[in-house]
Amino acid sequence: MRIYVCVKHVPDTAATIRIKADGHIDENITFIMNPYDENAVEEAVRLKKQTSDAEVIAISLGKESAEATLRSAMAMGADRGILIKSATDHDSLSTARSLCSAIQADGAPDVIFTGREAIDSEGFQTMFHLGAFLGFPAVSNAVAFELSGTSVKVTCEMEAGNLEHVQMDMPCVIGAGKDLNQPSYPKLPDILKARNKPITVLELSDLEMELPASRVEMVGIEPLKEERQPDNIEGTVDEIAGAMVKVLRDKAKVLDG
Amino acid sequence: MTKVGFLIEMKNGKVKPACLGVISAAHDNKTERVALLLEGGSAESVEILEAHGIQRVVQITSANGAIPWHAEQWAGAVVQAMEHFNIQTLMGLASAQGKNILSRVAARLGAPLVMDCTAVDLSDQTATKSQFSGKAAARFRTHGKYHLYGMRPNALDPVTMPGDAMLETFQAEIEETGITVLEVKKGASDLVDLTEADVIISGGRGMQNKDNFDILFKFAKQISAAVGASRVAVDAGWVSHTMQVGQTGKTVSPKVYIACGISGSVQHFAGMKTAGIIIAINLDPNAAIMHKCDYAVCADLFDVIPVLTRKLKEITA
Ligand SMILES: Cc1cc2nc3c(=O)[nH]c(=O)nc-3n(C[C@H](O)[C@H](O)[C@H](O)COP(=O)(O)OP(=O)(O)OC[C@H]3O[C@@H](n4cnc5c(N)ncnc54)[C@H](O)[C@@H]3O)c2cc1C
Ligand SMILES: Nc1ncnc2c1ncn2[C@@H]1O[C@H](COP(=O)(O)O)[C@@H](O)[C@H]1O
Repeated sequence: MRIYVCVKHVPDTAATIRIKADGHIDENITFIMNPYDENAVEEAVRLKKQTSDAEVIAISLGKESAEATLRSAMAMGADRGILIKSATDHDSLSTARSLCSAIQADGAPDVIFTGREAIDSEGFQTMFHLGAFLGFPAVSNAVAFELSGTSVKVTCEMEAGNLEHVQMDMPCVIGAGKDLNQPSYPKLPDILKARNKPITVLELSDLEMELPASRVEMVGIEPLKEERQPDNIEGTVDEIAGAMVKVLRDKAKVLDG
Repeated sequence: MTKVGFLIEMKNGKVKPACLGVISAAHDNKTERVALLLEGGSAESVEILEAHGIQRVVQITSANGAIPWHAEQWAGAVVQAMEHFNIQTLMGLASAQGKNILSRVAARLGAPLVMDCTAVDLSDQTATKSQFSGKAAARFRTHGKYHLYGMRPNALDPVTMPGDAMLETFQAEIEETGITVLEVKKGASDLVDLTEADVIISGGRGMQNKDNFDILFKFAKQISAAVGASRVAVDAGWVSHTMQVGQTGKTVSPKVYIACGISGSVQHFAGMKTAGIIIAINLDPNAAIMHKCDYAVCADLFDVIPVLTRKLKEITA
């Protein structure tokens, strides 16, 4: 079985994002594997352990530095990596197009895992575009996954605690949610071993494809201001609660109807 | 005349109020506004849609009547309706359902989609959305034949625009998709969805245990609010992960966000910083959240919340 897992190299959640004059972010910060992609890698490795003769291939589209995220995936148990090198940012459509071509050139997938969302671009859609390009069924926000003969059973989280159980034909694309599993922290020997696992480096021009003409173009970006001037609500408990009722009723107007 | 399609979502047989806000993004006299419904087009639904500017209501069905929930089949049916009615701009909610359907529609059409927009300008096909977990806001322009936007629930307020809507039915072909829906397990139906609630009350480490969350649920029940949580409360097993707000939980934009016993970490803020009014209740006047909110209440949440709930009960009684 061939299991692919798409991993994105993204700014650390705790990093301060500074936007430079040219509209790009200052990349002099820590980058990590996209948190949901950790769940994707964990599930891919778990699936590998359940089947004989399986291979997990981590794939990333990004700058040269994205190698670090591929190494993390390999420390978690992926067997090898593919890096599609690109200096520019890509929207979800062209990301999916590139990942699709690289995967097709590499081999025939049985299952492809992605995260449910990249926390930098917040696209929420790459898995579906990838599915469409490959002609595979796709789901996202998976919280449970199991192999069931030649198909898979997946539980996806929907709104307000609703869960959807589906059965999917293989090959398929699965977008991992946070509750899918608990990613394990790699141990030192695994980290060392990952250094020697192979990574295939590709240029976009190595892929036989044309990027889609339909696209999403960023035309401006600015830091989100976080300026709130707090008013203190003070007094006895009764006075505090009374003041809060006033805010709800008169300021927010959420108490009528 | 450009046509804009709106993907309408229902909850308990009613049009979700957040959907009405989305329509207001296209309230101008150069646009024809078409509502696309996959379930329950009751007379009441049509009335509320036409009161908010919808000129055509298209009920999408199949040869066998209403199409049972199936994200991919619904998306396929929406695409057929878009082609039939020549709709090239489609808007919906970035709710759980909207994310599921809109992304699939975009994938089928190879179309550009901006998800979780806080503003959309249809005149130049641009949309504003958060980036880097809410640390920045970017403007995007969509290029191509189709233009798809998923609006963050509550980002736009509903605006009335009375008129008469034409009601019609569109029969879609149901396709084979490789996905079989085995079961949909519904949570409690009176549960207000976090991402769509007007008021959210959230608890963090300060809640101390699972049982104490009851005081938040009691408050929530009183005014139809939703209950959220910080990651600490989720990781401790006090509440389910579906309730987590933040970077690795839900992104919410309620009118009022009440944070109880939450310190206000960067990751928590990533999920609620666009709330209208933030009220923080914290014992520690120096907690980060006390400087990043609109109303800071330096007190014990266990004293304040029950009294607040009682007062609300008195008002609504
Ligand atoms: C990659 C990553 C992703 C993360 N994602 C998320 C996420 O999605 N959501 C999230 O929330 N966190 C997330 N975190 C965790 C985050 O960094 C914080 O650890 C977490 O938000 C803290 O939760 P808290 O505010 O409940 O707890 P604490 O920081 O411990 O704060 C508890 C607060 O309660 C107050 N308090 C205690 N008792 C009372 C009382 N009786 N009355 C009033 N106040 C009281 C205290 O003064 C204190 O300020 C993430 C972290 C990482 C590294
Ligand atoms: N540049 C990339 N390289 C590899 N995988 C990616 C890339 N961008 C997105 N993905 C995958 O697609 C998922 C969803 O991304 P998005 O649709 O951008 O929110 C991510 O969690 C990744 O698994």
